[in-house]
Amino acid sequence: MGTINIQKTKSIDQVNTQERVSRLFSRSIKKESKMQALYLALSMIDLTTLEGKDSEGKVKQLCYKASHLHYKHPGLPYVAAICVYPPMVPIAKKELAGTGINVASVATAFPSGMADINAKLDEVKSVVDAGADEVDMVISRGRFLNGDYDYVSDEISQVKDACGKAHLKVILETGELVTLDNVQLASDIAMEAGADFIKTSTGKVSPAATPPVVLTMLEAIRDFQIKTGKKIGMKPAGGISTAKQAIQYLVMIKETLGDDWLSPNLFRFGASSLANDILMQIMKQSTGQYQSKDYFSID
Amino acid sequence: MTKKQIWDYSPAPESTDHIQLKDQYDLFINGEFIPAVDGKYFDTINPSNEKKIAEVAEAGKADIEKAVASAKKAYEKTWSKMHPKERGKYIYRIARLLQERAREFSVIETMDGGKPIRESRDVDVPLAAAHFFYHAGWADKLEYAFPGRATEPLGVVGQIIPWNFPLLMAAWKLAPALATGNTVVLKPAETTPLTAMKLAEIIQEADLPPGVVNIVNGAGETGKFLVNHGDINKIAFTGSTDVGKYIMKSVAGSGKKYTLELGGKAANIIFEDAPIDQAVEGIINAIFFNQGHVCCAGSRLYVQEGVADEVIAKLQKRMESLIVGDPLDKNTDIGAINSKMQLDKIKMYVKLGKDEGGKIHQTACSLPKKGYWFAPTIFTDVSQSNRIVQEEIFGPVLAIQTFRTVDEVITKANNSPYGLSGGVWTDKGSKIFKVTQDIRAGVIWANTFNKFDPSSPFGGYKESGVGSEGGIEGLSGYVNLV
Repeated sequence: MGTINIQKTKSIDQVNTQERVSRLFSRSIKKESKMQALYLALSMIDLTTLEGKDSEGKVKQLCYKASHLHYKHPGLPYVAAICVYPPMVPIAKKELAGTGINVASVATAFPSGMADINAKLDEVKSVVDAGADEVDMVISRGRFLNGDYDYVSDEISQVKDACGKAHLKVILETGELVTLDNVQLASDIAMEAGADFIKTSTGKVSPAATPPVVLTMLEAIRDFQIKTGKKIGMKPAGGISTAKQAIQYLVMIKETLGDDWLSPNLFRFGASSLANDILMQIMKQSTGQYQSKDYFSID
Repeated sequence: MTKKQIWDYSPAPESTDHIQLKDQYDLFINGEFIPAVDGKYFDTINPSNEKKIAEVAEAGKADIEKAVASAKKAYEKTWSKMHPKERGKYIYRIARLLQERAREFSVIETMDGGKPIRESRDVDVPLAAAHFFYHAGWADKLEYAFPGRATEPLGVVGQIIPWNFPLLMAAWKLAPALATGNTVVLKPAETTPLTAMKLAEIIQEADLPPGVVNIVNGAGETGKFLVNHGDINKIAFTGSTDVGKYIMKSVAGSGKKYTLELGGKAANIIFEDAPIDQAVEGIINAIFFNQGHVCCAGSRLYVQEGVADEVIAKLQKRMESLIVGDPLDKNTDIGAINSKMQLDKIKMYVKLGKDEGGKIHQTACSLPKKGYWFAPTIFTDVSQSNRIVQEEIFGPVLAIQTFRTVDEVITKANNSPYGLSGGVWTDKGSKIFKVTQDIRAGVIWANTFNKFDPSSPFGGYKESGVGSEGGIEGLSGYVNLV
């Protein structure tokens, strides 16, 4: 603080953003490039379970699935990470040992973020101590909508410090921010405050990751790179359940940010059922036929 | 691209199996396909690979005589006498048939003209059908279009259309003429005759009375015979300003009515408070839509100083993601230049731009070896006195200038012999009203560009034309009010 940073906020036109999305999504991805995209998308998944009824057993199954996506199709990539609630971190860590798959944990009073800062920081420290490689925090939307941007920014900075070596993903919960102008501003605040990734949603609020929101965040990431040289990652989460959607998002990244972002290091899908739909498409591409959903394990 | 891409799009060509094309097309006169009197044919080629697609009969003076005579007969005997409701039914039928065969028309339009299939499929063909639907609705409601007045048709209309939107321009011309009770002799452009001939097949299938629509092909000579024919009551022309001037001179004193849609050099204005990323997309759409072969293309860009560097940098980056290549590929953004003649003209202007000291930037895309191609191009460091800023290039070439104040940019935008269209990008509504009121152009888009609708009149100020097409304004060009 101390320096006055006078900058005009960029405005976003919603109608044209939607139009741009439609155009990007009309790309026709077939054959070879479709197969490549499906593999790529699999490797970018944060396989997620975030429910109050999550059990140790469910997390174990999920972890097994993360590195054994389909036995009939050798050579499939592993997913990028498993995303769980804090109490599940030690279990996931143990199950995934040696696979190279990361453990991500939500923290900071997920999903509402309604807790005081010390409680949030304690939670972050405890998941990092338990071995989480990545921390998915939520911003204080109430403060943001109230115009208290300094609070939001300070909070992210403090969480970032508490993360230590763990990567920080900042969830904006765009469904509560309502306008694209807000999405853009929240993205900027998060990136300035030290986010390694920015993420659309918790998955607990509707709408979650909408295409115009994702495009707006990708453009914010691009502008941030132009300004600072830093490459920030992106994670749409919530409502992405089909291979088709995943491929459309890959097109959006490629044409907005370029090939550097076509990697799990800089792009993730937060999803629970996406992997199976991609697997189904991969089997379809290689056998020429669709198989019943019953041929894909539901873990 | 030299750098190895992590993930590339595989070719996704639209299939051509389903289209029906003959090797030879005759003239469509009096409801039948007949050869030209002197038996001449000319080739129409695919500009993306220079391969011949078909040959087309070239109409001479005698053929024009026949076509006009058949149109005159159809006007006197059937079309002008028919109940307007019945005329409407025929036009609806054309619209529906066109929709049913949309895919075939899109592919042929792309093969004959070089435009990307994405555009012919999503813009040209659906809009052409929309024009027929819209005007079919007016056929029996003209008294509501002109309250308190009765309308009568003009008679035989000669219509000459350009090569940039061949089917769409045919629809713009035919639909209002037919709805108001006129009969037509239509001449498509010589480089893009095929979709008009396919439309003739639809007209035949729709069982339109013989002679109501006649379609004759040929170049400038054929057009001259049509313009100067004594039994023509109106000329409707879309094309270059030079030909427009010729037509005005030719019909002077003849009693013939005329509407002219001519060239343009539209100002596209980006203010500092504009939504920048969306404005950049708007610039791309304004100048690179249909390879810039658009009379209302936003070919003069004015960017307010404070955001000029950002806009130009983002524009250059965005240009690199444009896919230039096979027009039939569903992922192609920019197709082939329509003809060698047009390519030469674009090259001439780009050389001129460089010679006059403009700073050129072109995308790094690789262009196919065969066919007519030109990379997306922008010029900076140019001013109002550069010819590439003043003259219509009709290609993917954008001239960029900066400005400081609202008044300055309005003055510069108006400092052109043309006045067809324009664009303004700002977050502020009051600025939109100020600029759109003060710029003399037929259509000005606010925070968008190149949007068309049959109900919206389209026409120009100054050397951009006389009269309008579309909407009630467009109808008025085809009737006498009594």
